[in-house]
Amino acid sequence: MRGVIASRSGAPTRLSLPAQVGLHTVLLLFSGVMLAPFLVMVVVSLIPNAAFLARDFSPENFSLQNYVRTFQVVPFGRYYFNSIVVSVSVTVLQILISSLAAFAFARLRFRGRDALFLFYLATLMIPFPVTLIPNFLIIKALGWYDTYWALIVPGLFSVFSTFLLRQYYRGIPLDFDEAARMDGASSLRIWWQIIIPLSGPVLATLAIFVFQGAWNDFLWPLVVTTSEHMRTIPVGLAAFVGQYSTAWDLLMAGSVIALLPVLVIYILGQKWFVEGIALSGMGGR
Amino acid sequence: MTLHTPSRSLFRWRPDQQWEGYLFILPSFLGFLIFIVLAVLMSLGISFSTWGLTGFRGVAGLANYQQLWRDPVFWQAFGNTAFYIVTIVPMQLALGLTMAVGLNQAIRGVTLYRLIYFMPVVTTIVAGAIVFRLLLSTNGPVNQGLAALLGALDIPFTPPNWLGSSQFSKWSVVILTLWKNTGFTMVVYLAALQGVPKELYDAAHTDGANAWQRFRHVTLPLISPTTFFLFVFQMIGAFQLFTEPFVMTQGGPANSSLSVVQYIYLAAFRDIRMDKAAAMAWVLFVFIFAFTLLQNFMQKRWVYYESE
Repeated sequence: MRGVIASRSGAPTRLSLPAQVGLHTVLLLFSGVMLAPFLVMVVVSLIPNAAFLARDFSPENFSLQNYVRTFQVVPFGRYYFNSIVVSVSVTVLQILISSLAAFAFARLRFRGRDALFLFYLATLMIPFPVTLIPNFLIIKALGWYDTYWALIVPGLFSVFSTFLLRQYYRGIPLDFDEAARMDGASSLRIWWQIIIPLSGPVLATLAIFVFQGAWNDFLWPLVVTTSEHMRTIPVGLAAFVGQYSTAWDLLMAGSVIALLPVLVIYILGQKWFVEGIALSGMGGR
Repeated sequence: MTLHTPSRSLFRWRPDQQWEGYLFILPSFLGFLIFIVLAVLMSLGISFSTWGLTGFRGVAGLANYQQLWRDPVFWQAFGNTAFYIVTIVPMQLALGLTMAVGLNQAIRGVTLYRLIYFMPVVTTIVAGAIVFRLLLSTNGPVNQGLAALLGALDIPFTPPNWLGSSQFSKWSVVILTLWKNTGFTMVVYLAALQGVPKELYDAAHTDGANAWQRFRHVTLPLISPTTFFLFVFQMIGAFQLFTEPFVMTQGGPANSSLSVVQYIYLAAFRDIRMDKAAAMAWVLFVFIFAFTLLQNFMQKRWVYYESE
């Protein structure tokens, strides 16, 4: 999978010096546009609102005071805790559940398997708003409204993850299973001790995807939570805007706090992230 | 014992695996049954019922759909969503392709540029929307920058009220979405460009094709499957915009930036009209489905697939 990005067969030959300078200028310009909002966010988060409104960026205005105040006015620590609990649970459990199903779809034989898989695939077309309202009603009926169950359980079942893993598992030679079975290994052991260790890269890519999706998810947690102590970071942040619509210093500090974990994970796991996206995009071929 | 090829033995009858397969699928299947299959059926049922705060109150037939037909706000939300689609999708494809072509050259720093362009994609939309509220506020940095630039060129400039006027509110949402999603398009295009065989460029070069002709007649046709994928993917995404207008403009002023999904949210959770909201979700679904089918049908005309 690394080859997709690494092979630069399509790259034209070396450019002349003026062309290189011109190209870098354009690319830097794009970089500036992409980075400016982050830069503004960080700068404004470090100075008092009055100083920002007066555009007074003198060094003595800079401090971490806004971060301290943000944690005082809003229970950001609690939002953080909720987001971590929800994102980690969804990532780990969704991948386990999808992987078990994908293993069966790819490597076990049972009646109705392919028909069921087609049925799974058919539902990929259904947009989220269609299931939003009934799922809200199901959560209420189960008595899960405003609990972690509501935030986590519906996120555990992903047709897309199952599909992605099944494709990958189909590519692993079946001889491995055969050999293990000869030695008396059960299917569960084959899954856990052969297939899982062999799918490290795809699991890493999927984990990063699922984690950032869960961390950034907004509409679902907005709908199924009501009390302040059940909010995840995006929902807490949006409520914060409602209360302090022009307290830019606090809002920007809150935004930086919200972004930090995903940005750190992204920068550390860049390779898996970008290549995974490229790969899923190439799935269109 | 006979030897089996992998694909043959995959379908070999193994009685011991019958029940095992079901056990492995069970957790996934239960969730699938409840949160997808049951949910879709319920949603369809609700859209044909009267369903409010207390739940089911009777069969409504097509009444919810007829109500939508007569609801000017629904039409407005649909119009706004159409605006988002026709602006965001082509602009994003063009920008993403430009960036990808720029990065698909023999230059230094490709990984760093790619890292930067992709950063907004992983950003929490709510945080992105908040910072764009600041950037686009009437006397915010964007207007300041424009005033300085146009002032230097002696062009008269009235700072636009990006967020607070019906004229510009949709554009604010478009700007945020472009910033947020273009990096994704770029990464997918870059991977496609890197898959174009170099020999084809060399051959075109030998035939005397200039850079533009090579791009137009070699690159574009070869990456057209990716363009098709991105077009459909971005269109489906634009149909379902929610967080961007919700946080940035609250759909205002006067519903001028309200998206369909936002209106579904308001109908269900502000007005407690689950029935009307479900009907709207189905109208949206039918539109997404129809447009995807249409694109699939049209792709024969412009998408080039290499024969294996």
